[in-house]
Amino acid sequence: MTDQPAGAAQETALPPQPETVQYMRNPPEVPAQRIAEPGAPPGSGDLTDEMLRSDQWTDQMLQTAGIPVTDVPLVSLGGGIGSFVTVDYLRVAGVSTDRIKVLSNLDFAWQTYEYLTRVSQIPKPERIRSDSASRPDNLWGFPSYALAEAVTERKLAPLWQVLVEPIFDDYYTPKAGRVFAGLERESKRIGWNQMLVKGQIRMVRKRQGGGYFVILTPMAGSTPTKRVAYRAEYVHIAVGYPGLKYLPELQDFRTEHQDFHHVVSAYELHEHVYEAARTKHVVVMLRGGGIVASRVLQRLMDDREKYGLSTEIVHLFRTFISSSHGPNAWNRRKGANGFAYQGFNYPKSVWGGQLKSEMRRLEGQQRADKYKLMGGTNTPYRRRWQAQMKDGRDHGWYRTMSGTVDQMRLDHGKIVSCVKTQQGVVEVAADYIIDCTGLEADIAEHRVLADLLQHSGVGRNPVGRLDVERTFELRGAGSGPGVMYASGATTLGGYFPGVDTFLGLQVAAQEIADDLARRGFCRRIGTFRSIRQWLRWARNKQP
Amino acid sequence: MLPTLGGRIQTRLFLLAVVGGIVTLIVGPLLPLSVPLHVVYRDTFVILAAVAVIGIAWECLYHFLMQWRWEKDWPTLFGLLTAIPEGLLIWFLLKKNAIPGITGAVTWQAYVIDFGAVWLAVWLVANGPMRVPYIRWRFHGGRVV
Repeated sequence: MTDQPAGAAQETALPPQPETVQYMRNPPEVPAQRIAEPGAPPGSGDLTDEMLRSDQWTDQMLQTAGIPVTDVPLVSLGGGIGSFVTVDYLRVAGVSTDRIKVLSNLDFAWQTYEYLTRVSQIPKPERIRSDSASRPDNLWGFPSYALAEAVTERKLAPLWQVLVEPIFDDYYTPKAGRVFAGLERESKRIGWNQMLVKGQIRMVRKRQGGGYFVILTPMAGSTPTKRVAYRAEYVHIAVGYPGLKYLPELQDFRTEHQDFHHVVSAYELHEHVYEAARTKHVVVMLRGGGIVASRVLQRLMDDREKYGLSTEIVHLFRTFISSSHGPNAWNRRKGANGFAYQGFNYPKSVWGGQLKSEMRRLEGQQRADKYKLMGGTNTPYRRRWQAQMKDGRDHGWYRTMSGTVDQMRLDHGKIVSCVKTQQGVVEVAADYIIDCTGLEADIAEHRVLADLLQHSGVGRNPVGRLDVERTFELRGAGSGPGVMYASGATTLGGYFPGVDTFLGLQVAAQEIADDLARRGFCRRIGTFRSIRQWLRWARNKQP
Repeated sequence: MLPTLGGRIQTRLFLLAVVGGIVTLIVGPLLPLSVPLHVVYRDTFVILAAVAVIGIAWECLYHFLMQWRWEKDWPTLFGLLTAIPEGLLIWFLLKKNAIPGITGAVTWQAYVIDFGAVWLAVWLVANGPMRVPYIRWRFHGGRVV
């Protein structure tokens, strides 16, 4: 994430590490209403009252404020994988590095992703949940990760797996380390660091006369003024998840007891839980039924097996899936033992097939309903996990429950959750609770997006995120010839569902690059350019 | 590639014409047939055309079967194994003289080599290299245009 949530921002001090996950300390009643920020005096190099109030800025306003302005045709905000994939497309389409700036507080594009995968129990040798041909470092998806792994490791197994998946084997998925290595190579190839400007993004405002101003708070001491501005015709917003929040009862417990040790989020460092389990008998309660819950569960089960531990796991599902589910025979998803099973976070065809085509035509409530049908928490069916869970159920150290928690209290050092089940209230005592639900905060919790919603004219889509066109242009944000685009998690709910995935970011990048080509910003990547550029990619030559 | 019905048909026609055509040209002289090469080419290209035309009906069937899959996808293995029913049907039609334009006698050995080589090449190209010249193909359900 690029910016801190409103209300918690310390603009002059950049976070010491990729603080992607920003937690809502006190969920605001009305997130859109914010305390008015006093403006700085003119000439101070900071935002003046007039600038803070105005939806549209003139060149004169910035001059009066004393904020230096840099002209660049396209600015991408975020600097994570969303920015990376889009910029990669544009570089392949022939855009030179001096025509793009990437504003970010990240040192490298996959920094946040690497942090999140690591803490949620996917270290480099483990495999992420992504398709073989979804390569953010290779817009063609060829060679696929499976083919690359087969060649470099001289093994046929990855190729065999993609051949027989998902019928006779689990879906092939790449190792996290391979993904990062590929991104690093591509980052150097496209000259990412030449385009990267480090700092905290503050806001984007329309410019009178067309285009936009982006305000950046650079690293402390790196510039003479507190703020610098970028004047751009095209702006791309890929600031990632607005923030994650805890389940309300867990948040309340943490606040009341000031206990940030026994109740933890799977998206933050919680290695101490596994360390404790290695020294004594512990009961761990898991909340959530998605991929992160599966990962945490796997870690607990692996450690149990590896070190001969006696860890007990109580897994609480809010929605317990006991069998295949869906409205009819054509729309039935597999499920069992609490989990809904699906290879990836959406049915595969949203990334290019039938569901992508259907969704593209749906509006309003119909689209929201379709999202609901294929959404919901799910996790892949992996044979190893199944065997481990079965062993746990058979031997009584892994128990599943269905219900919600009303109250939590401390009792003799244990956290007791009062679980409301269909059979009545059941008390469950645990040493640790790991929140794997990954609830996402509202987009208005993100400072840049909140400002955008307030001043640019953008709206929300049927599921409450940023409303984008099929080309990923932000509706209502046009400014003369200037266009603002958005991709990634903030656009979930649009005409294309799989936005917050590697392949989804590439779908968005392709739409954006093609739209920019229609507007004359770059060349459209045609057949011959694509082949030539792929050959350059294969030889690790600059685009 | 995750197909739509239109995309399936377009991909089949395009790949059979381009990749299938090239493979047929290469394989023709190598086939164990004792007829002049121009007869071999005529017969093998007629077979190729039959695979394309009859394949449109097959694609409709595959699309129908795909509706029972939650993911609405068509696994890689299916794309390979469908060679068996399709190959058997064309062979059956050949033996019944139901494919117009065949002049020579196509032996089963020659048929297996020809059909198998074309199918394998088309399947391999569809599962990777096709994405290099056509970057939009995989995101558009397999549509070429």
